[in-house]
Amino acid sequence: MMCSFVHTKEFNPVRSRISVFNFEKVGFSTPIVCQQCSVAACMEVCPVSAISRDEDTGAMRVNHDVCLRCKMCTIACPFGATIYDPVSDIITKCDLCGGDPVCVKYCPSGAITYAEPAPANVGRRRDYAEKFKAVYEEVI
Amino acid sequence: MFGWIGKILRIDLSSGTIKTEDLKKDDLRNYIGARGLGTKIFTDEVDAKVEPLSVENKIIYMTGPVTGTAASSGGRFNVVTKGLLNGTIAASNSGGSFGPELKFAGYDGIIIEGKSAKPVYISINNDEVEIRDASEIWGKDVVQTTDMIKAETDDEAKVSCIGPAGENLVKFACIMNEYNRAAGRSGVGAVMGFKNLKGIAVRGSGGIKVADPDGFMQAIVDARSKLKAHPVTGQGLAAYGTNVLVNILNTHGGLPVKNFSEAAIFPNAEKISGEYQAEKYLVRNKGCFGCPIGCGRVTKISQGKYKGFGEGPEYEATWVFGANLNIDDFEAVSKANFLCNELGMDPITLGGTISCAVEMYEKGLIPQDDMETPMRWGDCDMLVEMTRKTAYREGFGDKLAEGSYRLAESYGHPEFSMSVKKQELPAYDPRGQQGIGLEYATSNRGGCHVRGYMTSPEVLGIPVVVDPDATEGKPELLKIFQDLTGLCDSAGICLFTTFAIGLPEISEQVRTATGLKLTDEEFLLAGERIWNLERLFNLNAGFSKDDDILPPRLVEVPMADGPHKGRVTELDKMLPHYYEIRGWDENGVPTGEKKSELGLS
Repeated sequence: MMCSFVHTKEFNPVRSRISVFNFEKVGFSTPIVCQQCSVAACMEVCPVSAISRDEDTGAMRVNHDVCLRCKMCTIACPFGATIYDPVSDIITKCDLCGGDPVCVKYCPSGAITYAEPAPANVGRRRDYAEKFKAVYEEVI
Repeated sequence: MFGWIGKILRIDLSSGTIKTEDLKKDDLRNYIGARGLGTKIFTDEVDAKVEPLSVENKIIYMTGPVTGTAASSGGRFNVVTKGLLNGTIAASNSGGSFGPELKFAGYDGIIIEGKSAKPVYISINNDEVEIRDASEIWGKDVVQTTDMIKAETDDEAKVSCIGPAGENLVKFACIMNEYNRAAGRSGVGAVMGFKNLKGIAVRGSGGIKVADPDGFMQAIVDARSKLKAHPVTGQGLAAYGTNVLVNILNTHGGLPVKNFSEAAIFPNAEKISGEYQAEKYLVRNKGCFGCPIGCGRVTKISQGKYKGFGEGPEYEATWVFGANLNIDDFEAVSKANFLCNELGMDPITLGGTISCAVEMYEKGLIPQDDMETPMRWGDCDMLVEMTRKTAYREGFGDKLAEGSYRLAESYGHPEFSMSVKKQELPAYDPRGQQGIGLEYATSNRGGCHVRGYMTSPEVLGIPVVVDPDATEGKPELLKIFQDLTGLCDSAGICLFTTFAIGLPEISEQVRTATGLKLTDEEFLLAGERIWNLERLFNLNAGFSKDDDILPPRLVEVPMADGPHKGRVTELDKMLPHYYEIRGWDENGVPTGEKKSELGLS
């Protein structure tokens, strides 16, 4: 919500660049946000090269002046994290707030952190996979 | 508009017409939203003397101005109607994200009128609003109903619905939202069932703007940091949920046992405590929309005959199915609670009614022939079985479905109903807390703790430490609590935030969101106005001073043991003074002077 408020001046989950997917029945939520991929499908698919990487933050940026609004990038993104905002008629995605993300700043539980990618994160992958395994086991 | 959307849906189920209307500006200023605004619209449009189950009664879903924003736990909405359980003004409050989603769809609320000839549900997707056939869904439980409505509308829709209890007009049927959140008390679900309305699905893609974005940002950061820093909202509720209260109230000597018939100390409280729940059964905690507290319990009973998965049980359900029935099996308590969610019933009234029946049976006041099987203290299987039977009105469950007062009265002993204005009391023995006794007697919906939660100062010492046994000062303190709660409920903010924040923080959030130029005192006055509006409705409905009472046991029979041994609730010492400081006459009627001060006529 803070994301939509800071970027659009209104509270609107549909326009938020980070969204929380809620599995109501099992009481479980998980966030979905742009992964700023090294080989970025959104950038690759763009016919007019409107998407580029910000040199300072590494975030994928959209040049709205060049963008055709063809929305190919929203289809190409495997995470559904590149979105079309019909209110302002632009393609939006997480821009890391220029290096100081508000979602991190206002997360009440400290669940979101902003950090450099670790070179070897097999351990973290395992932890993450374990969580899904645990959730799966809970409901069967 | 800022904060509010400014529009309300009006749906007539008799004629099938659907309209949108603008909210009235004066009403917003005076009644804020949710509980207050819903009650204002309801009392303007509905005669206080209508039958709860009638075409004339209406159901109003109403959000508050900060519902759906990043306000401190601003996910709440209210369902306002004339309640079936007791005919008082019912404003049942629910969390989840149904309220926010309704605003994203472009509406502050929904006024539901009339009665459909056949089962229907309402589908709202932004501007597209339809009344749809629900004949295939009728009869299904809350989980099945929610699944089916989502399948027919949108998987991401937020669904509010009734279960079999609402269809069967169980007097304390509730409305369930997103499977597990409830507009729980007063029988609002039965009013919906009577109207043949099975549920409402809502999906929206609009946003909510605020009047002063920078000021609002500051206000919510301030409020949220206070929630995080406070031990109750920052730690206790997330770790142990509301069941953190089991051990606290037991140590206090205020956890009612066996229908309030014994000393309010349950020997096996530990086995139904929040700590025990967290250690053995808790899957994770869960928050409602935008809530940093996260008191919700996702609980799983992995094996055994009470195997189940769901949310809760919360403190009230745990107490009423536990200590109040002399049951110390957390798995049975959880099962009964899950069934209440699935079938759509208020656990407090259900448990209070079963407790009343057990006490009367054990005392020989209900003949064995009237029951299929004997109902005894501590019988877990009985609890689970009677929970199911009540929702379907099977056998003796048909009598339980009427609530404890009508049950006890039908056997000639209404004094065994631990209720006020026919609504069952919650989990605090008022002989150990004088102020909560006064709250029970004066709450505008009968036996209820969440209109003026005196346990906070009397037991927890928040925000001030007061002597629980003292009567002095309690009417004054209760009035502030009730008025502030009226404001909090009307803003769309969760009452649990008030452990950590108060009038200044709530007012500032509403002020910066809406642009209302009101002082803190004027906001509190809105709370008082709402309280008096509710009181006037109840008086017009036929309630009087004679109904501002407690069950005889609590004012006549001294507490048997514990820290409050020998005490009764000294209601007679507090009530006249309460009327006086409320600006009501000796009969509890708001004076002309008070009414004109509040702009009520």
